[in-house]
Amino acid sequence: MTALTDLTARQLLVRLLAEIAPEVDLDDARPDGQLQEELGLDSMDFLNLMIGIHDAIGITVPERDYPALSTLDGAVAYLTANTA
Amino acid sequence: MDEGTLLEWLVAPGDRVHRGDIVAVVDTEKSDIEVEVFEDGVVGELLVDPGELVPVGTPLARIEPVGDGAPRASGPAPEPAVVTPAQGPPRGLPTTERTAGRILSPVVRHLAEELHVDLRHLAGTGTGGVITRHDVEAAVEVPPAPPAPSDPTSVPASATVLAAPDRIRSSPYARRLARERGVELLVSGSGPGRAVLAADVPDAPAAPPTERAGGMREAIARSMARSKREIPHYYLQTTVDLEASMQWLRAQNDTRPVVERVLPAALLLKATANAAARHPGLNGRWEDGHLPSSDVHLGVAISLRGGGLVAPGIADADLLSLDELMAALRDLTQRARAGRVRQREWTDPTITVTNLGDLGVDAVWGVINPPQLAMVGFGAVHDAVVAVDGVPLVRPVVVASLAADHRASDGVEGAGFLARIADLLQDPVALARPADAHTGGATP
Repeated sequence: MTALTDLTARQLLVRLLAEIAPEVDLDDARPDGQLQEELGLDSMDFLNLMIGIHDAIGITVPERDYPALSTLDGAVAYLTANTA
Repeated sequence: MDEGTLLEWLVAPGDRVHRGDIVAVVDTEKSDIEVEVFEDGVVGELLVDPGELVPVGTPLARIEPVGDGAPRASGPAPEPAVVTPAQGPPRGLPTTERTAGRILSPVVRHLAEELHVDLRHLAGTGTGGVITRHDVEAAVEVPPAPPAPSDPTSVPASATVLAAPDRIRSSPYARRLARERGVELLVSGSGPGRAVLAADVPDAPAAPPTERAGGMREAIARSMARSKREIPHYYLQTTVDLEASMQWLRAQNDTRPVVERVLPAALLLKATANAAARHPGLNGRWEDGHLPSSDVHLGVAISLRGGGLVAPGIADADLLSLDELMAALRDLTQRARAGRVRQREWTDPTITVTNLGDLGVDAVWGVINPPQLAMVGFGAVHDAVVAVDGVPLVRPVVVASLAADHRASDGVEGAGFLARIADLLQDPVALARPADAHTGGATP
């Protein structure tokens, strides 16, 4: 898989989150805030995010790694590290 | 729901259709509803064009019997069947909801019919909430749509669950624009029947976002107030040890592709559905008496991101395997949030689950969604110290609660029901298997 830069990872996540929570203005969300609180995501939304990541770049995030992706910044770091 | 706008036809004259096929999409204020056909046949004449606003009960199309003009086997009317946006529920549950038990004079009934007013959504101002002539006349905000061909198979609409549309007439595009621009729709616009059209939107006054979901809020208010007014609730709760379930789920999800992962919520729903199949006092409806259901159509409370709540159902949830139930839950959540729920999913639920686990609360005591008999609540799955064989251990647990209608069941049945849910969750492998039949259940 291609290595993601910080920017491309962030763009991917923003695109996926916009699909999952179209009502939310991502510009208002703090990148270091908990996605669950910032965007009102529930566990179904989070699963859909994981499915979106898998479909887009082929990464399967194990459940035990979920906490690392609980913020936008954390998810960006996780994706860049795991595609490097 | 008094009326709806036909958004699109998914079939054309000449198409073969089968019972259960989605043939059209109708827009109501809060949700697009997919209209199903309830018999096999061939699509004949389409009676309503896309964009037309029609009262509930209006025939939308004719379904001709298969086999050129062979006479229909039954039914007093030689007419071909029609599709209406309000075909009765397919499983024989009565649709009357809000008028149940109310006394209506024939004059009022007749007037309502004439003016296309759905009595079930009217609050009566007469003595004891009786609907008067004046109430019916006051409810006519727009001239009735062009007279629809009358047909004996047209039936009144079934009421939506928690999400009744608000009363502002508007085009879907106008609503989208209003949402995007953060404005509230005017009460009347320049369209036919004073409907709000896109052109009306820029002039609309700004309103705080909290008012945008006003229509749904009102519908929830009505339904919940009715529940607390009419239903004598009793409440029970039990703490369920989820060690076995969570371990099994973790192991499963570790080996599965992401798309096949199962959420704990699906297991909780599955246990509830299987238990409900064995407890008719909690599964069914109360309409002038207890109407137990042999099917389990499991309502799921789904919060909408803009605010508000809907509780559409998963049909025959007790007969689905865990994977099928999970897939149905994903699909339903997605469609509910996109405002696209099928008509049956509104009207069918026989019991509802509210799962507030994602909000981190320990427990929730639900308000029953009338005319159902029970609401099951789950709090967050969390670690707690529990005594196992006299030893304190840290285990994942969930608090399961039951709010039930005391007219239809007593605490003994309620307690048995919660105990069965707890039992079923101790054997996730058995729970994951599809049941052969209701009586088969997941426990022997």
